[in-house]
Amino acid sequence: MPDMRFNIPGQSLNREPFIDKIPDFQKKCEVMITDRGYKCKITNIVPLTSQEKLFLLRIVDPMERALFTFRPGQFLMLEVPGYGEAPISISSSSSNQEFIELCIRKAGHVTSAMFEARQGAMVSIRGPFGTSFPMEAMRGHNVLMVAGGLGIAPIRAPLFWIGNHRDWYKDVRMLYGAKEPSQLLFNYQFDEWKKVSDVNLMTIVEHPDDSWKGRSGMITALFDEFTIDPDNTFAIVCGPPVMFKFVCSHLDRLGIPMNRMFVSLERRMHCGMGKCCRCMVGSTFTCLDGPVFDYWSVMNLKEAI
Amino acid sequence: MIYKVISKPEFRAFVDALVRANTSYGPRQVDTDRNGDPIYQFMPVSSADEIAFDYTVTTSSAKHLLMPFRGELSRFNFSDGDWKQQVDYETQPIVLIGLRPCDISAINILDEVMLKGPYPSPYYLARRKNTFIIGMDHLPLPDCFCKSMNRHTVNHGFSLFCSDIGDRYYLSINSAKAFSCLKEFRIDDPTDEDNCRLIERRKLIKHSFETNIEVSGLPVFLDIEFDSPIWQKWGDKCLSCGSCAMVCPTCYCYSVEEQFDLDLKGSRRESHLYSCNLVDFAQVAGGHNFRPRSGDRLKYRYYHHYRGFAANDNQQICVGCNRCGRTCLANINPKDVINDLRLERESCLTCVSTSPDKA
Repeated sequence: MPDMRFNIPGQSLNREPFIDKIPDFQKKCEVMITDRGYKCKITNIVPLTSQEKLFLLRIVDPMERALFTFRPGQFLMLEVPGYGEAPISISSSSSNQEFIELCIRKAGHVTSAMFEARQGAMVSIRGPFGTSFPMEAMRGHNVLMVAGGLGIAPIRAPLFWIGNHRDWYKDVRMLYGAKEPSQLLFNYQFDEWKKVSDVNLMTIVEHPDDSWKGRSGMITALFDEFTIDPDNTFAIVCGPPVMFKFVCSHLDRLGIPMNRMFVSLERRMHCGMGKCCRCMVGSTFTCLDGPVFDYWSVMNLKEAI
Repeated sequence: MIYKVISKPEFRAFVDALVRANTSYGPRQVDTDRNGDPIYQFMPVSSADEIAFDYTVTTSSAKHLLMPFRGELSRFNFSDGDWKQQVDYETQPIVLIGLRPCDISAINILDEVMLKGPYPSPYYLARRKNTFIIGMDHLPLPDCFCKSMNRHTVNHGFSLFCSDIGDRYYLSINSAKAFSCLKEFRIDDPTDEDNCRLIERRKLIKHSFETNIEVSGLPVFLDIEFDSPIWQKWGDKCLSCGSCAMVCPTCYCYSVEEQFDLDLKGSRRESHLYSCNLVDFAQVAGGHNFRPRSGDRLKYRYYHHYRGFAANDNQQICVGCNRCGRTCLANINPKDVINDLRLERESCLTCVSTSPDKA
């Protein structure tokens, strides 16, 4: 049975612009001469699990703080002086100018150094870099967010955005899967998201323990429990590379157009400025053209996921 | 551009004066290889006597003088639990002598990559603006294939370019500074004979290429052959050592590393030139590697060079100097890989139904 969705009238499969205009990189160049970072103070550290912590950063200089604006889905380069830089997705609300929240897993050299840091330590950030989720384009539609494991970190930013602009969107649903119940991050915020932001949150774990009363299985199992309106839904997917394949092909089968499915790819950027080529996927820079891609673009990229 | 001719001794005197007044790099014989052939490299020179004007090609390109193997990006100075960041773009002016047309083309390509796009690199710009380049043409080695990449001539990107026309050099002067320096020496306007000799010289160079690679339409071939078994075949040979990227005049991928000073009072952030053939090039946190096989990484390098990647927008960034082929320990060279790729595709076309491989 051939896939006939290309013939649906009025459905353009061309890539949609992520945002109304090209990000104003020129402005950033004036403010921050590419390699000079904003000095930040770690104001609070919230331990989430044994491997993940949430860091609250505050830019020290008030003028720089006012200049640091970002959109949901963008990332920044976190510098721990002496140890190096790592790309971290911003997981705080884009309307919150006072604090930047970063959810960090202890995975390498820089993040391990960050884990040693105490409250009050000074780190540096450069950014924000990259593309963002097209929150304006989603206006008036249903939003389906799918997060796996640490994929919740970049998803939190659009989630906060939706909380701030709840009347823009119709039905907002969030699926969140993790390996074990103890690895469900931000479970203290679940009630807030459900009740205050009116998000239909569904969680699932792969390996349940005895205390777990919720669903268990792969994240795609959740799709059987509800119906989605494919003509009227935007999807945001973020998780480990394995998850993309299953979730995106499942959403594809459900009929969500590929240009309305957005994924946030993971690469180890070194410069963030489209120079070092470390984050290249085929001919695409993940740091300039991504990390947020629509599935239509990613599907055409070899070796992307 | 102004054209002049200069006699060879006079040119030598000009270079000598230039070299003595500036930090200069020129081709010097550093050693001999196991066949007794000289090995040339771009090295610091202090007088014209040290420069091998009639060198063939250098083993390593002049790239590292504009994009150092280790370049400092910024410094952190620690004090009282706080730090200060210093960013320094300033560089010393340098003179590069004896670059071949392919080397200058490579620098032009690096200009495209580093100085265009949303974030132009100030480090590169500072070095590039402070570089005085004297180019010299040469007769190609048997394995050079610059002509196939259309890089055997160069029209811009140098301060001064010399073509050898017998007892004199035909100069193409492309900067005011070069012209004002040359005024001190005896230069003449080219006569008709000189012009004819230049054209003869260009023709000679053009016809001296023994290695030719068919690269027209190569991007399409590469797209079609993404899953071709030849990548596996050449990947099995590849040692993933990264030598090709180190000597390549246009390989610019780098990693950013940070190191503490030995006295722990500061640290420096450095860019290290990297190679996409090294195993951890596309590795992310947690150990997932997007290109785990050496074939995938080799393929990526060839795609970057011949497919025309984003930054260059369909411009092939290979200049055809074949340094990677000469230096490769496993004898992988672009000519063989690309010809292999073409053969694979052509044999498929001619024996669609009968090939035993395809059955």
